[in-house]
Amino acid sequence: MLKIQNLHAEIEEKAILKGLNLSVNAGEVHAIMGPNGAGKSTLANIIAGKEEYEVTQGSIELNNEDLNELAPEERAHAGVFLSFQYPVEIPGVSVTNFIKTAINETRKAKGLEDMPAKDMLKKIREKSELLEIDRKFLSRSLNEGFSGGEKKRNEIFQMAMLEPKLAILDETDSGLDIDALKVVANGVNKLKSKDNAVILITHYQRLLDYIVPDYVHVLHDGKIVKTGDASLAKELEAKGYDWIKKELV
Amino acid sequence: MSKYTEDDLKEELKTKEYEYGFYTAIESEKFAKGLNEDVVRAISKKKNEPEWMTEWRLEAFKIWSKMEEPEWANVKYPKPNFQDIAYYSAPKKKPKLNSLDEVDPELLATFERLGISLEEQKKLANVAVDVVMDSVSVATTFKETLAEKGIIFMPISEAIEKHPDLVKKYIGSVVPPSDNFYAALNSAVFSDGSFCYIPKGVKCPMELSTYFRINEGGTGQFERTLVVADESSYVSYLEGCTAPQRDENQLHAAVVELIALDDAEIKYSTVQNWFPGNAEGKGGVFNFVTKRGLCETNAKISWTQVETGSAVTWKYPSCILKGNYSVGEFYSIAVTNNFQQADTGTKMIHLGKNTKSTIISKGISAGQSQNSYRGLVQVNSRAENSRNFSQCDSLLMGNACGAHTFPYIESKNKSAQIEHEATTSKIGEDQLFYCNQRGIDTEKAIALIVNGFSKEVLNKLPMEFAVEAQKLLEISLEGSVG
Ligand SMILES: Nc1ncnc2c1ncn2[C@@H]1O[C@H](COP(=O)(O)OP(=O)(O)OP(=O)(O)O)[C@@H](O)[C@H]1O
Ligand SMILES: [Mg+2]
Repeated sequence: MLKIQNLHAEIEEKAILKGLNLSVNAGEVHAIMGPNGAGKSTLANIIAGKEEYEVTQGSIELNNEDLNELAPEERAHAGVFLSFQYPVEIPGVSVTNFIKTAINETRKAKGLEDMPAKDMLKKIREKSELLEIDRKFLSRSLNEGFSGGEKKRNEIFQMAMLEPKLAILDETDSGLDIDALKVVANGVNKLKSKDNAVILITHYQRLLDYIVPDYVHVLHDGKIVKTGDASLAKELEAKGYDWIKKELV
Repeated sequence: MSKYTEDDLKEELKTKEYEYGFYTAIESEKFAKGLNEDVVRAISKKKNEPEWMTEWRLEAFKIWSKMEEPEWANVKYPKPNFQDIAYYSAPKKKPKLNSLDEVDPELLATFERLGISLEEQKKLANVAVDVVMDSVSVATTFKETLAEKGIIFMPISEAIEKHPDLVKKYIGSVVPPSDNFYAALNSAVFSDGSFCYIPKGVKCPMELSTYFRINEGGTGQFERTLVVADESSYVSYLEGCTAPQRDENQLHAAVVELIALDDAEIKYSTVQNWFPGNAEGKGGVFNFVTKRGLCETNAKISWTQVETGSAVTWKYPSCILKGNYSVGEFYSIAVTNNFQQADTGTKMIHLGKNTKSTIISKGISAGQSQNSYRGLVQVNSRAENSRNFSQCDSLLMGNACGAHTFPYIESKNKSAQIEHEATTSKIGEDQLFYCNQRGIDTEKAIALIVNGFSKEVLNKLPMEFAVEAQKLLEISLEGSVG
């Protein structure tokens, strides 16, 4: 599904990704871990098409289509979803209005009519129940005054509504309490299928107790330096990153 | 990769063409340019006005002749040459029509282009339309329904003829000719406008609406609107306009007077979309408007406005809260783009006890425009327990535009409670990227963010107007993203 080869990227002439390779197939869950500042969010943003970053070398393909050719909204239409590490506030725009616009814009790009109001409401009801979101919450301004955990849960609600092919969750677990983590993880698991893929960016093993990854990657200094199965995460939790850094020299 | 940066956005906003730029080729008759006593008399005669009206105009003209054009607003523009304006213009064929079939097809086509076809409006019902086309009303609808309730809604020239007592009693009672330069000018030369009277205890069953158009090159437009809501009555009045594209400046100096007697309520909503000038700042309408309402005991006046047009706007819909427990409200969205300049706001004059006013102002600036809010809250010494809440928010797009806030507070009563809040924000790259990531393109994202920003005011507009207003916001801020 996703194929990244020898990706180099920089911002303000500072190199951040330095030859990154990553392959994700449909039906898989990948976890990306790594120290602060390693380039994890940068990678997520580049896949999503944030224009501040300049890709200087390498390629990103989604289902054999060159993503570098597409604007961020076109990538979204192609099924890329990013749960932001720091979701932004949009005052005066309700969660419902926002997600309705997102869905209908995506449909429009595919030549479809707006989703009938009845179906939209049904879907909103279903997904908000799945993620145990209070209906009142949906009429509030997007992310305005939301607690850290509420913001993250709202990101996953949007993911559930949009049903992406490739979901990248950037530290969605940070800021969630234990119960919320279970709800969100359960939501993600329910949405998982053989046709879509999930990339989890996280610092903690506890998320991976609930969403079990097929692969765990360590991103360090702009490259994936180690790949393993779920047990690698446990090892990292116990030992930290130093041993990997040492292995590299 | 198709990049879309804030610079592109700014570029696009600059080249945004005026969407409703066109003008109809209806034959008109107009006076030679210039202004003197004879012209004032001629206008009055043309309209078959009674002696008192002619005298009133002449008095106003005398006052105006001694006045200077004001300079205090935060706007810069070439001073109009008042002798280079034709002060009267009327369609030659002035049809008196009962149905749309009789309307000039050219005019109908114009309305269709504006998306405000009368046909549609009639079907939508609940909206009576008094269409002001180049200073003279050419079509009036729904009159009969209104007549049943004793509501008077007609061109002001007709009202001067048919209801002279009412007009004589109230015209100039809230905005006297001596009030300011433009009000004096308007009083001398106004050629048309609307008059509305709601009898005691009557709730007007439909939104009353007027569409103004400036249509004749070089013709100043001087509308006069007078709305009187008698005791315990209610009316919601809508005013909206667009103008054809022009290369020369067009002066517009309207006067709107509202009178809400005891326990009455007037809601006055405006959507204004006059030609703002091209991307270089040339042309465009100069809009110098005096709007003021008077509230008697327990009466309420709400001004709601969405201002997207004009090259220069100078406009302060105000409320004189004369009666105890009266309420004044001002909800405004002012959009400026390219080289537009707007100096708008309100005055809330608290005279009565326990009076209350609310001001919500949303300024959106793009391009190299300047957007100023100027508000006065004045509390008289006898106005015990008066309250005011003001909130002025500015949204900036790009770095070349400006937003300014000038709140003036004059309180002579210690029991008054006055609160003022102000914020300034920018549409951020992060907000746009967030929307893009969810499949919303930048054009739509801006519309979404701007609508969110303006929501408190948009919510105050009547439904059908709110939709139009949202469209206008989109039109005035977006280009076709290509
Ligand atoms: N917009 C930017 N301007 C300048 N430097 C940036 C920018 N974005 C990222 N960087 C730098 O790139 C490096 C990688 O940042 P990134 O946010 O990708 O790290 P991360 O792996 O997600 O870290 P964390 O675990 O703390 O979230 C950091 O050194 C960061 O300071
Ligand atoms: Mg990060």
